Order: sequence, then C-alpha cells, then structure tokens
Amino acid sequence: MEAQAQVPVSDADPTPPADTSDPAAEIAIDARRISKVYRGEDEVRALDNVSVTIARNEFFTLLGPSGCGKTTLLRVIAGFEPPTAGTLWLNGKDITRLPPNRRPVNTVFQSYALFPHMSVANNIRFGLEMLGKPKKQIDEIVDEMLNLVQMQAMKSRRTSEISGGQQQRVALARALAPEPEVLLLDEPLSALDLKLRKEMQIELKRLQHETGITFVFVTHDQEEALTMSDRIAVMSAGRILQIGSPQEIYQRPAERFVANFIGESNFLDATLSGNAVTFRTGGTYEVERPADVEDGAVSVLLRPEHAILSSDPSALPATVETVVYSGEATSIHTRLDSGEALKVRVPNAPHSGGLPEQGAPVRIGFAPGALTVLKD
Amino acid sequence: MDLPEDAGQLEAEAVRRDTRDRWLMSVPALMIIFLAAAGPLLVMVIYSFLTPGDYSGVKWEFSTNAWSSILVQRDIFDDTLQWADAHLTIFWRSVSLSIITTVLTLAFGLPTAWFISTRPPGKREFWLFLMTVPSWTNLLVRTIAIQELIRAEGVINNVLIFVGIIDEPMQMMFTNFAIGFGMTYVYLPLMVLPIYAAVEKLDVRLLEACYDLYASRWHAFTRVILPLIKPGIIAGSILVFVPCLGAYVVPRVLGGGKNLMFGNLIELQFGAGRNWPLGAALSFLLMVIVMIALIYYIRITSQERKDG
Ligand SMILES: Nc1ncnc2c1ncn2[C@@H]1O[C@H](COP(=O)(O)OP(=O)(O)O)[C@@H](O)[C@H]1O
Ligand SMILES: [Mg+2]
Repeated sequence: MEAQAQVPVSDADPTPPADTSDPAAEIAIDARRISKVYRGEDEVRALDNVSVTIARNEFFTLLGPSGCGKTTLLRVIAGFEPPTAGTLWLNGKDITRLPPNRRPVNTVFQSYALFPHMSVANNIRFGLEMLGKPKKQIDEIVDEMLNLVQMQAMKSRRTSEISGGQQQRVALARALAPEPEVLLLDEPLSALDLKLRKEMQIELKRLQHETGITFVFVTHDQEEALTMSDRIAVMSAGRILQIGSPQEIYQRPAERFVANFIGESNFLDATLSGNAVTFRTGGTYEVERPADVEDGAVSVLLRPEHAILSSDPSALPATVETVVYSGEATSIHTRLDSGEALKVRVPNAPHSGGLPEQGAPVRIGFAPGALTVLKD
Repeated sequence: MDLPEDAGQLEAEAVRRDTRDRWLMSVPALMIIFLAAAGPLLVMVIYSFLTPGDYSGVKWEFSTNAWSSILVQRDIFDDTLQWADAHLTIFWRSVSLSIITTVLTLAFGLPTAWFISTRPPGKREFWLFLMTVPSWTNLLVRTIAIQELIRAEGVINNVLIFVGIIDEPMQMMFTNFAIGFGMTYVYLPLMVLPIYAAVEKLDVRLLEACYDLYASRWHAFTRVILPLIKPGIIAGSILVFVPCLGAYVVPRVLGGGKNLMFGNLIELQFGAGRNWPLGAALSFLLMVIVMIALIYYIRITSQERKDG
C-alpha cells in the first residue's frame, strides 16, 4: 500500500520530477511555486508558493479547513484563475497561459452548475459536441456515461426534476464524458446527506478505477480524505503543509496543524535529546527523530487509540477524569501528574469490564513507534 | 365508517367557503378591470359600427362602412372600389418600423444590459440610474431634441460638413429613418431593463462550466447564455414592439405630415378626419394585430424551448 501510494518516480530518473526538464511520463500535473493573490479592497494571498506533482491515474486529495485555498488551487488548474506567480504543467507541457476551454481538464463544480435549460442527456452531450465529435460517437459515449452513473432512466428529465444525488451523478458524467486527462472535483459530496455521501464515496472510487482518469478531489472532511485518497495534500492558509499517503499523514504528521486537523490527538510537552524524548512527568522514550528538529523543547503526538492502560511501572502516571462510552470504543480522559490532559481510547471487547472509575490512578503506556515528534 | 364521509363533507365545505371568499376579495379588482378595460373596449366596438356625425361624434345608425373603408374606398369621381392605398402604406410602415426598432433596441440593449450587469455590485445601480435619466424629461421635449440633432442645420449635419465627409446636408428629418432613430432612442430602456434583470440572474458558474467543457465564446453565448436570458429578451421585445406600433409623438414630430404611423392615423379620424367610427375600428384592429403578434411570438419562442 505504502509503496504504491508514493510519488511514482521512475527508477531510471532519480531526480525529483518538479526539477526535470523532461518530466517523467507518469506525472500528470506539476504545479511549480504557484502563488495567487486576489487584489480587492485588501489583498488576499490565497495560494502561497504551492508546489505539487500529481501522478497519472492517481486519486489525489486537497484537504484543509474552509478558506485555506483549495478551491483556488483547483481553479488555477482548471484555468479560471491565472496564477500571480509560478507555472503549471500538464503531461510535460506548460499550460499556465492556456484558456480553460483548451485544457483537457474537466471540473465537477461544488454547486454542480448543470445547465438548467437542458435535459440530463444534453448536459452530458455538451462537452462532446463542443469538441466536435461525430454524432454517432457522441450518442454512444452519452449512452455509456448514462449507464456508468446509472441515470439511463432519467436521461430526458430536466436537471431541475432530479434529486441532489442524481444531479451530482449527472455532473460527474458530464465531466467524465470528454475523457479529460484530469478530473477536478470541488467538494462534490458536501451537499449530500451522510448515507448518500458514503455511497458516493465508494462510487467515486469505482469510477476513478474504471476510467483510469487522474482525480484531484477537494474536501474539508478528513475522514473522507483518508478513506478515498491515494495521496493527500494538507493545506492551511494558502500553503501545502504535508503531502503523503493517508497512512503517512495520519501516523507521521509533519506539523502540529496536520496532526490536529486529522484524527484525534494528544500533544505532550517533552525535551528532545538525540533519539529520545523526556516528558515533563518523567520517563524517557525512544523516538524516530525528524530531520529538521533541533534538540530541546518539542511537542510529541500520541493518538488516543495508540495509548493503552498499562500496569508497567515505567508507564506515565495519571488520574482518570471522565469516562465516555461511544459504542465501539470508550474514551478515558485522564490528567497526567504534570497537569497535561491525555485521552486514551480503548476498543470495547464483547465482555468489557474492568474500566477504571473516575478519580482512579492509572498508568498510561504505548507501543513502540506510537510517539511522533512534531515541529511546531 | 361515518367519519371519513364527515371529513369529506367538512373539506368540501371548507373549499366552498374558500372559493367564495376569494371571489369576494377579487370584486374590487374585477370592477377596475371592467371599468378600465372591458367598458371602453365595448364602447369602441359599438362606435365602430355607427355612422360618423356631421361635425364630429357619431350618429346612432348601424353601418359597416368604417370597417370596409379600412381596406377599400370608393373613388369620388367614377364610384369604383379601390384599395385604400394610404392605409396599407401606413400599416406596412408601422409594422416594419416597429420590427426594425425592436431589432435595433435589442442589438444595442443586449450589450448595454450585459455591460451593466457585469459591473461590480455596488456600481450597477449607478448605470441603471443613468439609463433612466432621459425618461425624466417629457417625451415631446426629447423628441424635439432629436430633431435638433438630425435636421438639415442640425448637429449631425453640421459636424459631418465641417469634417468634410459630406458637402450638403443629408435629408434625415421627415423620413422613416428619423422615426426609427427616434423610437430606438426612446424605447431603448424598455429593452435594457428586462434583459438586465435576466442577465443579472445568470449564474456565472454556468459560464465557467461552459468554458470548462471546451465551448468557444460563440457557443457559450448561443448555447447557454441566450437560452437562459430568453425570457428577458421576450419581455423586452414585447415592451418595445407594442408601444412602437401605436407610437404617436415620435412619428408626428420626426415623420412630419407625410410619414404617418398607425397612431397618427387613428388620431386623425378623431380630429380633422371627423370619422369616429373609422377611428374606433382602427383602434380595435391595432389591438387585434398586437394580440395576434404576441400569441404568435410566444408560441414560436416556447416551441424552441421544448426542442432545446
Ligand atoms: N474571487 C475572490 N476574490 C477575493 N478573495 C477570494 C476570492 N476567492 C477566494 N478568495 C479568498 O481566498 C482564500 C481562499 O479561498 P478558497 O480557495 O475558496 O478556499 P477553500 O476552497 O479552501 O475554502 C479565502 O480567504 C477567500 O476569502
Ligand atoms: Mg472551496
């Protein structure tokens, strides 16, 4: 899983793709040092020196809180916003100045933006007709697309006469029909209810697999990003903080922001010295030392589900404050002797019992490799 | 088992009461409609079947002369029937000038409406305001101002002669051109405003979707923009075409005594012509023409929408 999800750089060419003048064949999108400043009453730096390469046939996700620049990056790739600085490459060609109607890139808009005066089938036809394909071929592709998104029965309906989930599928079919090199999806599932969203997540993965098209998917939902993506770029305030597989992002977040944004986290103050950290409550533990962090005060991430209640005398001493039962697991909120809060998540066994009571003294341990040193 | 029946009866009763209340409430509206529209219309129809009075007004004698004299007239000398050429010329001029004016206001109005609705939100009101400023002035005054522009010693001729493009003043006053020019100027806002309302509602994301799907500017315009703002264009066309057909002031001032339009012809019958029945018949005919034109226009435009 890990290996497949990493940036595919061909073995013959060890230089990073962003710097090669002859880009590796597997790279679809190569954004180099892109900045975007909106000049209005006050300047907004929506993208700040963003560099990212996206492999062909990859399910790539831009993840970040609202307003961090995800849509702006998509719009730069689609060609709706010219970048203030930087260049954009598609399949080894500089497309920075190419207008949107000449980029082999299609978008599934957040609001779907279906043409209200056309039927479902005519919406799907539109791009094919604009490309000037022969009518017979268009009919075939439209038919195929209607089947692909299971909308055959609704093909002559107006887009105002179908449900939100169906509109979503039509928008998808319309963008897939011209067989773009890259499909851009801007929070396509955010308007759907939970059940439909889960279904569409699986559907989208299936479509991406079947069509072999590169997907660039935008979401602010970390769970969605983790379940769907080959790789994720976590964004904040116009910058990309970390790019990696879901496992890398979750287990080895590079920064506190990333750790905080994805999953639940405990942060503990510690002192780094060599390959070990010492907590304020005492206790020294081996860690994997990140390259760009100096010895001294650091922050250490411990995921609640990686912490365990332990009887080992070397584990961290703490007091139980609250116990919260939530079905498949129980969260135990504790306070270390140093005063820091620490949450432990214990999976519920069929005959679970023996959980500590409020006020009880406990010791908290963790498996080797559970600690991640963060740069702040 | 009685219960559902009772419920049904209650419901029927409620519906009945509802209908009656609604009727009661619409009585004032119905009275106004009768007094303001149906009543005068009835008077008009009755008058058109009477005989002209000796000096003006009508004599209460039934006659179909007014209606027949719209199309044919008796020669005063040899008593043969002839086509009423003058009337036909005036019909033709009215219809063709109204169509031309509608097309011209559309040609100027669409870009204007587009321009206004693409201004930043706070600035649009200013441009709309500018559009309406001329209508604060009396129509007659505005028409006379146009006369100042296009008459033989008017601004346009003087400038063209001064620059050396022409040697002698062009005859623009008292031509069909003058009428078309004046009506286009006067009715332009009536075209711009409904189109502006339609363009403003247009979702820019639909345009982006268009370009995203490889459309050229031309195709974005014909395949998406035009169909979506069509209701505005239809409304604007009706608002311009209908008053053009009955226009009175502009053709009177700029067309002079020779280039009459429908409105002037009607006015003539109630004034110097002293033929009220013919005036009434012409008015009624104008209304019927407008109605047929509107029905036809709406039919073809909604037909296209079904095909699209
Ligand atoms: N057209 C625009 N003009 C000015 N500022 C904009 C515009 N579009 C986006 N922004 C600003 O740029 C930042 C990033 O926006 P966006 O890319 O839409 O974020 P996201 O999609 O991650 O929520 C925000 O601060 C937003 O207010
Ligand atoms: Mg967004």
